[in-house]
Amino acid sequence: MSFITNVSRRRFMKGLLGAGALVLGVHYIPKVVWERQAHPGETDADRATLHPNAFVGINADGTVYIVAHRSEMGTIIRTSLPLVVADELDADWKRVKMDQAIGDPRYGDQNTDGSHSVRSFFDVMRQAGATARVMLIQAAAQKWDVPASECRTELHTVLHSATGRRLSYGELASAAAKLPIPSKQDVQLKTKNEWRYIGKGMTSYDLADLCTGKAVYGMDVLLDGMLYASIEHPPVLGGKVKSVDDSEALKVAGVHQTVAIDPFKPPPAFQPLGGIAVIADNTWAAFQGRKKLKIEWDNGPNASYDSEEYKKELYATALKAGKVVRNIGDTDAAFARPGQVFEAQYYVPLLAHASMEPLVATAEFKAGKVTAWAPTQNPQAVQAIVSQELGIPKEDVICHVTLLGGAFGRKSKPDYVAEAAVLSKKTGRPVKVVWSREDDIKFDYYNAVAAMYMKAALNAKGMPTAWLQRSVFPPITSIFDVKAVYGDPGYLQQGWTDMPYDIPNLRIENGPAPAHVRIGWLRSVANIYHAFAVQTFTDELAHRAGRDPVEYLLELIGPPRAIDFTNTDYPNYGADLKTYPWETGRLRRVLEMVAEKSDWGKRKLGKGAGVGIAAHRSFLTYVATVVEVEVNDQGEIKIPRVDTVVDAGLVVNPEVVRAQFEGAAVFGTSVARCGEITAKNGVIEQSNFDTYPVARIIEAPYQTNVYLVESDAPPAGVGEPGVPPFIPALCNAIFAATGKRVRELPLAKTNLASK
Amino acid sequence: MIQLKVNGVIRNFDGDPEMPLLWYLRDVLGLTGTKFGCGIALCGACTVHKNGEALRSCITPMSSLAGSEIRTIEDVSANGLHPVQRMWMQFNVPQCGYCQSGQIMQAIALLSQKPKPTDQDIDDGMAANICRCGTYQRIRAAIKAAAEVNQ
Repeated sequence: MSFITNVSRRRFMKGLLGAGALVLGVHYIPKVVWERQAHPGETDADRATLHPNAFVGINADGTVYIVAHRSEMGTIIRTSLPLVVADELDADWKRVKMDQAIGDPRYGDQNTDGSHSVRSFFDVMRQAGATARVMLIQAAAQKWDVPASECRTELHTVLHSATGRRLSYGELASAAAKLPIPSKQDVQLKTKNEWRYIGKGMTSYDLADLCTGKAVYGMDVLLDGMLYASIEHPPVLGGKVKSVDDSEALKVAGVHQTVAIDPFKPPPAFQPLGGIAVIADNTWAAFQGRKKLKIEWDNGPNASYDSEEYKKELYATALKAGKVVRNIGDTDAAFARPGQVFEAQYYVPLLAHASMEPLVATAEFKAGKVTAWAPTQNPQAVQAIVSQELGIPKEDVICHVTLLGGAFGRKSKPDYVAEAAVLSKKTGRPVKVVWSREDDIKFDYYNAVAAMYMKAALNAKGMPTAWLQRSVFPPITSIFDVKAVYGDPGYLQQGWTDMPYDIPNLRIENGPAPAHVRIGWLRSVANIYHAFAVQTFTDELAHRAGRDPVEYLLELIGPPRAIDFTNTDYPNYGADLKTYPWETGRLRRVLEMVAEKSDWGKRKLGKGAGVGIAAHRSFLTYVATVVEVEVNDQGEIKIPRVDTVVDAGLVVNPEVVRAQFEGAAVFGTSVARCGEITAKNGVIEQSNFDTYPVARIIEAPYQTNVYLVESDAPPAGVGEPGVPPFIPALCNAIFAATGKRVRELPLAKTNLASK
Repeated sequence: MIQLKVNGVIRNFDGDPEMPLLWYLRDVLGLTGTKFGCGIALCGACTVHKNGEALRSCITPMSSLAGSEIRTIEDVSANGLHPVQRMWMQFNVPQCGYCQSGQIMQAIALLSQKPKPTDQDIDDGMAANICRCGTYQRIRAAIKAAAEVNQ
């Protein structure tokens, strides 16, 4: 076991520290950390008898160690990828132990975002497991003096079929370790019908710990001699401390000191925001001390940011010609011809991540090196920013990855970990930085606010002959380049550049928008607003044409084909278009399947009820969703049923994938119903779950049915793709139920009451 | 000095009486299974039991707890898994899992009051516990199954 363990049972009580002081427990460094002081980052796999590569190790007692190098934030990736290794190794899962990797480039990319863990590492994991299997077979063949081709594996043993002889993996580990590591071409991977775990799946390795309070998140890290910090950040992005009076704060029992953190030098990137940290014996004292700070701020240029004014600017920009990102035919000529034209604008506000675990990190600066324990999606980015902030080499930053209490993209941006490192250096003690919920919501990297303008020229049957779509949003690249105002291809691709309809005249544009807050990626990112605009506009057109939305969508998508992106900057989520073509046939299939599974057009619905549909490809996965909604006279909505069909190519862990799509429907419900961040004078107006509500059990879909398309296509994303189609499907259902069209989110702003 | 019982052990607290139970449990006793989510009783991640009833520890000052019996998630499985935990595992409820200590404590309290909860009872009983991963339908199923086991 080399995941950080809960140390509470080994802690004991110490006496009072002084009059009015709190009783403090003595904090122990988790045992595994002690063991690793000499060789930070060495895993049990590295120490095992047989360890042919960084991901796997086998001991003489038969224990198989597999390294999880991606971060566990609820997608169960810490189980699913190791399961692929175990399958190729033909290992008994019950004898597998997990090692969580520290940040280390030897594992390749560790940034657990973009729904690509399985896609990017499926082959790597297979190879890692199969290599060990081949070596174990060779070792057995040598012992028995038979050709390796006569030997095979069967669940943690190698056997010689002709003689029935068997040797366990543990018995073979030492002999196998003496063999040369076979080259890739000498390693035969299993065939699909030999797979033991892939496609069948496994419950989370951490399941019991998650249900008993034993799982250790970033919030739960306890170190010997650790102090707690709470930071008053500049209320406006780019603001600075003008003056501070901490005299009252220092009077709070348990408060040790205050520490100023420098403001960032633009661009913000992943640097700390700056501000005043209150350092205390425990979290509560740090929070209390912070309330007593008297700070005068220089708010800087973003103090004029007003999200209501900004919204008007975005809408206005969306009406002006922008940068063309994809063009087919001649839309100007087509719009100039006489005929019906329909246009509409759509809007999605800034959104916060609001993971259940607020941002938190613990770091210790000692002898010029930093050791951090953090719930991070990207430990290598932690190394980079801590190295930059403290002026030490990256190799001297050790980042242990704890479990993440949700992340959704926020925890790939390690500003909060850098804060802990800076404070540890300044105080000379290990420091845990704890963000309050208010900090978490007010100082997020928000999903961009966006306005979309849509225009279609329609023939007599109501089908588009020309289509123009223009999207305007402050780009994520603005956190790295303050002058950036246009979306880059990596974000424009998300449901925009790749609009799949078969229309002879098509123009796709992007207009400029400056950022006044930090913009970041949030579960499905630009797909959220792009799918909302395209799929709502489509539904509007279908209703105007008097057509069934499913039939209309299928006709728009057109015949099965691979979309041609010649002369278009379309990165395809970093995947080769030959391996992962954009196949309209697969989008058609999920649509047809969801219509069938949801009894589209056949369901008897009650008063105030309606169904809506949407289809979308994101992160290389094709999804179609039908949402049923009930709207009562007061305009309150209920979502009794959701059906969603997913073609994510080959699926490693089906039950886990179904859970991701159930969760995506709830996440989408939160966005649609009430997700909205606003700013006045540059200050974010929301602060906790009262002003930034997320869906509760009473608001969430009652039942989400997830159907996975059987597929041999290479694996694609599953964490994010459920969100984009859900939101327009819900809004289209509301139209079907009430005749009210939702063009602006959140729904809370549209009066759905019938009276 | 405030005396209370935590997971059956008598504890004496002599710190800031305004300190919420949550931080006493987490930072002083090291019982980190109880989570910090919002600090103002809006999310339920900090739910524990006080004399058998669900309590939001993040807003409960230590001064109000003299003589109370507090039970946290750590104690629930002290003698083997509770049926609610077993069903949580059977239905693969957790995703990130951070809210689940609170959900489980809330569910146990709900079942002690409503041994056979209807959908409405579950809505009423669980509506104050947020799960951002969106595991609600599995939570509902697990509670119903636990009720069956309890019968």
